Amino acid sequence: MEIEDVLCTFCGCLCDDIRVEVKEGRIEKVRGACRLGSSKIMGHNRIKSPMIRVNGTLKETSYEDAYRKAAEILVSAKHPLLYGWASTTCEALKKGILLAEEIGGVVDTTATVCHGPSIIGIEEKGLVGSTLGQIKNRADLIVFWGCNPSEAHPRHTLRYSSNACGRFTPDGRKGRKVLVIDVRETRTARNADRFLRIQPGTDYEIISALRMIIGGKAESLPENIAGVSRKELIEIAEMMKSAKFGAIFFGLGLTHSRGRYKNVDNALSLVSELNSHTKFVIMAMRGHYNVTGVGQVLAWSSGYPMAVDYARGAPYYNPGETSCCDLLSRRDVDAALIIASDPASNLPRGCVEALAEMPVIQIDPFENPTTLFADVVIPSAIAGIEAEGTAYRMDGLSLRLRKLVDTEHPSDVEILQAILDNVRRLRDDN
Amino acid sequence: MKAVMISGRTLAQGAGCEDKMSPLYINEVSCCYLSEEDYRALGLSDGKNLLLTSPHGSAVLRAGVDRGLPQGMVFIPMGPWANMLIGTDTKGCGMPGFKGVEVEVTPTDEKVLDIRELISRGR
Repeated sequence: MEIEDVLCTFCGCLCDDIRVEVKEGRIEKVRGACRLGSSKIMGHNRIKSPMIRVNGTLKETSYEDAYRKAAEILVSAKHPLLYGWASTTCEALKKGILLAEEIGGVVDTTATVCHGPSIIGIEEKGLVGSTLGQIKNRADLIVFWGCNPSEAHPRHTLRYSSNACGRFTPDGRKGRKVLVIDVRETRTARNADRFLRIQPGTDYEIISALRMIIGGKAESLPENIAGVSRKELIEIAEMMKSAKFGAIFFGLGLTHSRGRYKNVDNALSLVSELNSHTKFVIMAMRGHYNVTGVGQVLAWSSGYPMAVDYARGAPYYNPGETSCCDLLSRRDVDAALIIASDPASNLPRGCVEALAEMPVIQIDPFENPTTLFADVVIPSAIAGIEAEGTAYRMDGLSLRLRKLVDTEHPSDVEILQAILDNVRRLRDDN
Repeated sequence: MKAVMISGRTLAQGAGCEDKMSPLYINEVSCCYLSEEDYRALGLSDGKNLLLTSPHGSAVLRAGVDRGLPQGMVFIPMGPWANMLIGTDTKGCGMPGFKGVEVEVTPTDEKVLDIRELISRGR
């Protein structure tokens, strides 16, 4: 049986045109997905059974015992961290927030080490945004700044940006200009009409120079700005001003390097000012398939998009204090529930060492380096393949994930509810 | 050789993202890419590994060529090896500096650690 219009739960593109062949309850073939998506949908080595670490070794156990042990860890912690969430459903995070309120923990998403600074920039400045559909149907200039969709969002260009054919863009790639700004010549840069190579950590200066040129102050600029000639920046500013509808997609090149959220803040100002001349929009290239959604759920539940601390009895948010890297490196948390993420691979070494010192509960379908020091491991159903739910595309569009095949594993929602029930029972007993 | 280290996504790293104990993922994220000129200058053609040292830590990685890199810049796919070199300071906004880290790059005969050794090292 072939299931059509399946959503791919890998990246923020959330492609919704995948075809999956299911035979005798197993996924046999994936059509239309990129290498990243098909690799995920086809599935890999799963964690087979819940496990609890005894004398340094993980031993198989029942789900009930794993839930109980997880609850014991969370209840006895003074300030637990509930981290991850970007690769699970909005419904799972809703349960996670209830759990955090119950135990006075911190909820943080992988956004803090991804587009967290973009969100801070947007909070400071506001965003001239759009949907991906508008860009596909209207944009005649696409700018990729510090992002590399060829490797991180492989179908983005085909479905939404440079190569997509839309209502007012029937010629697709031929009717568009593509500009790439990056510190190295990526695969995306090789397919662009124009590539501007800049020095690492100089995005802020380059954006400021473009803002000056667009504001009519080009003559005040020096001949050379952070290694780029003024002449070249004037040409690029002209390219932007003369577009009918321009779109900037930006990636971690802005958020991971010197300037962090200020780079994004400046890029948002650039786009706002471009709107005095033409129509221009900007969007963050969100990585995990539901990192946008969990930010939305946190925002409407607590008022804050990430790094929310419930220890005070009311939500408190201060990136740099309540974000996972800071909490870990300062030893401000004493237990962690890690769900749908792998901090052992993705956080700086100093944070990983801090995490390894404390009791760790892991909820994930797959083994990863975090499993190597987790004390309770709870295997879950894969959302969007074995469990349904809601996820948000990178432009904020919410889409419904379907269940394709059955599984013996409970969903993230069921697991979190069971841990929450155990936590409440333990607290009542106390 | 002094260089600036950038970490980031690659196709192979992404494809192995949900299967992190697989050789596909491990091989990709334990490789440091350099420009052709730097690769030659360091004499890496005979299969030597690289020792990278930053103010925050050090790691031994395999070496590869990426023609898109300028001289003096190295690229490591995001993962446990790149993160050995990254500090925990978030400049008050929650985000460590994953890109633009100053590193010292030296050819070495040391072996690339297995993922289990790497994670347990220093514990």
